[in-house]
Amino acid sequence: MDFEFMQETFLRLLSGVPLTLNLAFTSVAFGAVLAMLIALMRMSGVRVLEAFAKGYVFVFRGSPLLVQIFLIYYGLGQFRPTLQEWGLWSFFREPYWCAILALTLNTGAYASEIFRGGLQAVPAQQVEAARACGMSGFLLFRRITFPIALRQALPAYGSELILMVKATSLASIITMMEITGIAAKLISQTFRAVEVFIVAGAIYLILNFIITRLIMALEWWLSPHLRHPPVPKASVEAVHV
Amino acid sequence: MMKFVKTVSLAIVGSALAIGGASAQTKTVKIATEGAYAPWNFTTPAGKLDGFEIDLANDLCKRMKVKCEIKAQDWDGIIPGLTAKKYDAIIAGMSITPERQKAISFSRSYANGPNGFLVAKTSPLAQMPGTGQTYNLDTQKAETEKVLEAIKPLLKGKAIGVQGSTIHAAYAEKYFKGVADIREYKTTEAHDLDLAAGRIDAVLADSVAIVESLGKPEFKDYVMVGPGATGGMLGDGVGVGIRKEDAALRKMFDEAIDSALKDGTISKLAVKWFKVDIAPKS
Repeated sequence: MDFEFMQETFLRLLSGVPLTLNLAFTSVAFGAVLAMLIALMRMSGVRVLEAFAKGYVFVFRGSPLLVQIFLIYYGLGQFRPTLQEWGLWSFFREPYWCAILALTLNTGAYASEIFRGGLQAVPAQQVEAARACGMSGFLLFRRITFPIALRQALPAYGSELILMVKATSLASIITMMEITGIAAKLISQTFRAVEVFIVAGAIYLILNFIITRLIMALEWWLSPHLRHPPVPKASVEAVHV
Repeated sequence: MMKFVKTVSLAIVGSALAIGGASAQTKTVKIATEGAYAPWNFTTPAGKLDGFEIDLANDLCKRMKVKCEIKAQDWDGIIPGLTAKKYDAIIAGMSITPERQKAISFSRSYANGPNGFLVAKTSPLAQMPGTGQTYNLDTQKAETEKVLEAIKPLLKGKAIGVQGSTIHAAYAEKYFKGVADIREYKTTEAHDLDLAAGRIDAVLADSVAIVESLGKPEFKDYVMVGPGATGGMLGDGVGVGIRKEDAALRKMFDEAIDSALKDGTISKLAVKWFKVDIAPKS
């Protein structure tokens, strides 16, 4: 194991971190909105909307992300004249937007199920209590249902965030030079696959470590009712006596 | 079950070691090819490997009096796979370059063709200077670099597709980095698709691969342009990749290639697959 080489590799791979995070967070931001819409459609009670949401989740959760990226990038690339007619070509021409679209559609499907779980687990008593206080409709959703659902969905959604950071590695197949893309290039120049992949893996670990800490902090902040009550000062002094 | 797994893995390790020894008694030589680099090597719609190198490998194995097993292996991992003893030789249109020679050794070359650009006939790039000429980076370095300098203004801001981990990617990086937007693809098929879709303006590849692409209907309005370069960083032609310690196997391949060159087999196969004779002249 050549540590000088690994250090050099680390520095070169760091240049891929901004693109990796950009892809992950942009698609998660769009994906969260999409997921919320899909989750609400799924629970709307309107048959057509429910069927659409079910079909969407089935397709995008049931097929590999790699295949989705290929189909969106190379597949839709075959229909350039049609896309140009619709004015969509400038979007589909760019590998960046194709990657964002594929990742967004994918996380939208997974996260909608996470959100649905969170929303459906909101205790009926709390909703009833809110109604008793005169809340209804959007006010009830904003003040009671959504915050509780968010808190309940957060642990699972944290996993989804981590999965998305790792999923960006597939963008290298459509020429995006994120961490894995740069790693593959370095391997082709040096043929030292083990060292390069160890360093690349370590960078993903560091990124995901930071993300898990942030999610934990958010969870802590959202769950004051689960924290231990502060220890009364008097008893602390009593120990010292 | 565990016992079965153990036995099988022992058998695999054992046979790998036996082949690793690569002595004169070698009965089976495992050969890796890419299977996605037509017409050098490709996979037919029926899933069979075919191409210049498949024919060549079978001919060389006959000459070496060994049994060959040819299998497809992803290009990116093809050299690590060889050093990890997953197979014994690479016959995959791999150019002999100093970079690669640090990791593995090569047989003598069995083919040597220049590179080129594939562009649309209507593109301004179709007027590229140096078209139809071939330069050798070893003997005509100054002239080559002069003509490359002349095509830089044309390439400014254009997107060029290359296959990653190839001499073409290294060449594009060296001469056109900062001038053009260089995009790396996993396979030549992928950059061809993107050229046809209009996402990129040109493909930089081996002239043989370009001639092959030009034969497809979607490229009927495309041409091969630009100066063709060989030698230097582009390497001394295409050879069989072999582990450094397998000197005996390398010698077998060297002799087999020499004899196939002498009796004209390689020229015949090259004309069959490439329509041009790219057998090395020396």
